[in-house]
Amino acid sequence: MTASTHHPGRADTAIRTRRTDRWWLPPLLTFLGLTAFVVYGVVRVFMNKWYWVGEYQYLAPFFSPCVTGGCVPGASHFGQWLPDLGILAPPVVVLPFVLGFRLTCYYYRKAYYRSFWLSPPACAVAEPHGSYTGERRFPLILQNSHRYFFYAAVPVASVLTYDVVIAFHGADGGFGVGLGTLILLVNVVLIWAYTLSCHSCRHIVGGRLTHFSRHPVRYWMWTQVSRMNARHMQLAWASLFSVAFADLYVALVASGAITDLRLFN
Amino acid sequence: MTEIERHAFDVVVIGAGGAGLRAAIEARSRGMRTAVVCKSLFGKAHTVMAEGGIAAAMGNVNPNDGWQVHFRDTMRGGKFLNNWRMAELHAKEAPERVWELETYGALFDRTKDGRISQRNFGGHEYPRLAHVGDRTGLELIRTLQQQIVALQQRDFQEFGDYEAGLRVFGECTVTDLLVESGRVAGAFGYWRESGRFLLFEAPSVVLATGGIGKSYKVTSNSWEYTGDGHALALRAGAALINMEFVQFHPTGMVWPPSVKGILVTESVRGDGGVLRNSEGRRFMFDYIPEVFKEKYADNETEADRWYDDPDHNRRPPELLPRDEVARAINAEVKAGRGSPHGGVFLDIASRLPGEEIQRRLPSMYHQFRELADVDITREPMEVGPTCHYVMGGVEVDPDSAASGVPGLFAAGEVAGGMHGSNRLGGNSLSDLLVFGRRAGMGAASYVESIGQDRPTPVESEVDNAARWALAPFGERGPDGPPENPYTLQMELQQVMNDLVGIIRRSDEMEQALKKLDDLGRRVRNVMVEGHRQYNPGWHLALDLRNMVLVSECVARSALERTESRGGHTRDDFPQMDPEWRHQLLACELEHSESGESRADRMDGVRVLRRPQPAMRPDLLALFELAELTKFYLAEELAEHPSEKG
Amino acid sequence: MGYQAHFRVWRGDADSGALRDFRVEVNEGEVVLDVIHRLQATQCPDLAVRWNCKAGKCGSCSAEINGRPRLMCMTRMSTFAEDETVTVTPMRTFPLVRDLVTDVSYNYAKAREIPSFQPPADLAPGEYRMQQVDVQRSQEFRKCIECFLCQNTCHVVRDHEDNEQAFAGPRYLMRVAELEMHPLDTADRHQDAQTQHGLGFCNITKCCTEVCPEHIKITDNALIPLKERVADRRYDPLARLFRRRKE
Repeated sequence: MTASTHHPGRADTAIRTRRTDRWWLPPLLTFLGLTAFVVYGVVRVFMNKWYWVGEYQYLAPFFSPCVTGGCVPGASHFGQWLPDLGILAPPVVVLPFVLGFRLTCYYYRKAYYRSFWLSPPACAVAEPHGSYTGERRFPLILQNSHRYFFYAAVPVASVLTYDVVIAFHGADGGFGVGLGTLILLVNVVLIWAYTLSCHSCRHIVGGRLTHFSRHPVRYWMWTQVSRMNARHMQLAWASLFSVAFADLYVALVASGAITDLRLFN
Repeated sequence: MTEIERHAFDVVVIGAGGAGLRAAIEARSRGMRTAVVCKSLFGKAHTVMAEGGIAAAMGNVNPNDGWQVHFRDTMRGGKFLNNWRMAELHAKEAPERVWELETYGALFDRTKDGRISQRNFGGHEYPRLAHVGDRTGLELIRTLQQQIVALQQRDFQEFGDYEAGLRVFGECTVTDLLVESGRVAGAFGYWRESGRFLLFEAPSVVLATGGIGKSYKVTSNSWEYTGDGHALALRAGAALINMEFVQFHPTGMVWPPSVKGILVTESVRGDGGVLRNSEGRRFMFDYIPEVFKEKYADNETEADRWYDDPDHNRRPPELLPRDEVARAINAEVKAGRGSPHGGVFLDIASRLPGEEIQRRLPSMYHQFRELADVDITREPMEVGPTCHYVMGGVEVDPDSAASGVPGLFAAGEVAGGMHGSNRLGGNSLSDLLVFGRRAGMGAASYVESIGQDRPTPVESEVDNAARWALAPFGERGPDGPPENPYTLQMELQQVMNDLVGIIRRSDEMEQALKKLDDLGRRVRNVMVEGHRQYNPGWHLALDLRNMVLVSECVARSALERTESRGGHTRDDFPQMDPEWRHQLLACELEHSESGESRADRMDGVRVLRRPQPAMRPDLLALFELAELTKFYLAEELAEHPSEKG
Repeated sequence: MGYQAHFRVWRGDADSGALRDFRVEVNEGEVVLDVIHRLQATQCPDLAVRWNCKAGKCGSCSAEINGRPRLMCMTRMSTFAEDETVTVTPMRTFPLVRDLVTDVSYNYAKAREIPSFQPPADLAPGEYRMQQVDVQRSQEFRKCIECFLCQNTCHVVRDHEDNEQAFAGPRYLMRVAELEMHPLDTADRHQDAQTQHGLGFCNITKCCTEVCPEHIKITDNALIPLKERVADRRYDPLARLFRRRKE
């Protein structure tokens, strides 16, 4: 059982992989999905309009909270404590936190390491890079800050929740429900599910404990988070899709391209 | 003649299963320079296949348990043929050995109050098996493996070399023991990877090579189980006892053909699983032998109540000792009430909720789903007997595990006596630990006792060993056409399966002996292709010699014992005979006239009768006289307290 | 029931080797290892293959089947079409010994670098008390059969041999996690995980989990929790401030 550290003489290394299935399909779909989202996001942010439907109090999630002087009247539920930033649309305030949370998320890391950086593109498929240092150095060592982005994601999700509450608003000023309300509601539920199923959250609520038996409440919370955590990938995609869709819906209504389907008042 | 790599050790342990590793840990802890030599990679030994648990009377689940109860169960299971001293040591020391594993880092399933949980098993009166789901053997081997690493790390800190005091030789086969003036002088073997030879110069060798099951066609054993230790001991001059007793586990998979024989753990029955025939009948109620009538329920209602209230109900007959259940299944299939693929049905699906089955029996669930497309939470399994364990082995001193040859020790399945004619489930893992440790102790004190007076291997014997090992690469055999090792192995397995299998008859066994004789001759003519580097054909050719020799011991002993007892069932002598209870059969190799090298010996097995030493009176007194009279002759019971009045 | 399958099997040693083609019989219910054994018994008796239990319990028969790292004994022939070519090659990450057998000593060397279980000094054997909920996380990791498929698949060493020195691999990082979560282990393992065993190399792309024949959630349950524990101690000043040892 003596060990050497240099290993010459591996077999069958001439070919990149012997996989015969369509291993390239999942990274390709991931690539397309993430790219589409980024493109949509950039376009929407620089569009910088059609994010507020005053009649029903719909605020597009990309623009929430709207806290700069440039925000359209009525959209700033939390005040305008920043001046108008001109070309920089309102999302620049909160977007770094939201994006940071997703960028450092353990699932998204897997997704973009595989599909954008091809490191590796799929299991048992050789990556194209000559050397590899992992997450040990700057900038990737910053991935360890994921928990701070998680902390930041909680107030952001709370703000979105508030947005949903006020979106139960009818044309006459009283209670009302429209399709937009429901879309925002579904979106916020998915955002919460994604946020709370995060690996850092799982660690913080109980994972870091060595003795579950001494902390029954935290153990219970850990069990619940673990259950959701098993679906973290699905929640990551569902919430990504829903946030873009909710935004699009509000934009379409705000621009007058469609009218909101009203269910009640 | 050939270049040989030489090593000097105090203790060489052959085999890296539970017994071998525990022996090595003990020897190293007592200051011996120790080698562990194993045919497979370190950590792959057959012990990983053990599923159910380790029997140890800790009394964590039922406080009425104690070593005396465990001792009684073991003796009953072995039909009182066990070496009672071994059974006593085993019952007394098993709990300490299990607790010790926890200090090495083992994580057993727990009771509510945080102790080691214990489960029911066939033949054990109380829940007694410490377990981890149904992968207890894996936990045992990994724990011991990690403890070996821990000892190596200690040596590294002290000497700067992980292997200063304890070295593992993985994928290395020992083909011959070297004996000088009747004492062990070392061992000869080869690296499987390169085919290069090694010589271990060592005054003591611990055999921990496991069993012989690969000589049977339907077996739960892996390729390693070729009876190497049994054969090495015979050739070195030691005796094997109880070789006629081979345990057929009642529940092996029967379909698909490629997995036939793979074990289905007894825990399925321990946790509530029942056996049914093609008519849907729980047939085990029809097979409760007279001697067990008081302990086993005779109707389904009582049997089912037992799981919840074991103190006031008798046990379900599915939990009879393995030999009884295996024979019953065999009889049902013969009577035409078998399942479509020639087994019977083992049903847990209708007994426990699906989730509970997956939690308690995860690897069974996995095994059936992956290998047989059967979901055991929905449908019954098809099972039938499979060759599982050999009760027979090297005759050893109970306290030190020493064989008749000075310097040679044996522990675990390769040692004989402990289990008598039939082993209880769960008693194997505890046997490995208890007697593995004792063998390590025994070897260490032997090495200390001989001081500087160490025998050295004789060079001509080393040369002979090397020559015999290379024989399969020769031009052609001494007589007859060249033989293919794979074909011979298949023929051997067929012979043992058909003629010396679960039910035996004298004419068939005589036929088997003739065929074995013929096979022995043909094994000498085995030719292999290719070179010495990782050549499985060559490896099998060398293992075949051991298989043939040990198979002959099984057949000869089985022919000699004219009764049925435990793992030995004779169609022509179906009854248990008290005259045979105190008789052991020992196999020895006749000394060869020509002084021929031992490595090639495949014949000259003779069977001798040995009296079984009488049980110490205080142990005898642990049994009711009424029970003993079913097994003992009247005059043997004169020492029993109630007899003496 | 039986049919003739087309197999391509790697044959050779450290110096040279190539895929060889075989026509071989396949019967109902068989796994890839059965077919390899049939090749041994009928066509090439010296075909080197490592195996033991043939029941997915020992982790010996690891190889790459149609490019996917798998146990040969748990890969059923029914998962392939009858006219499909089945290619069997040795694990790529480890140096070849012969045919399908590789030198896996890297793993044993790494195993020695993980400090062993350290029980409390004052606890006698038999006095250990642990709750089921406290042992079950480590128990999942102890299901590992050491087939080394995760070690083989992990791109950190598969594609970059130069990382072998610094990276213990998923199996042994999981061993660190197992001891870290052991309710009675007293050693401090966070720092070593990062500095000695190379946890930082892991970019959680989950191939270890994908190939694990025991379905252990290596990434989600061992590596990520370990990364989070390391973050507690190295990268999170707040957690360092508030945290007590071994809650």
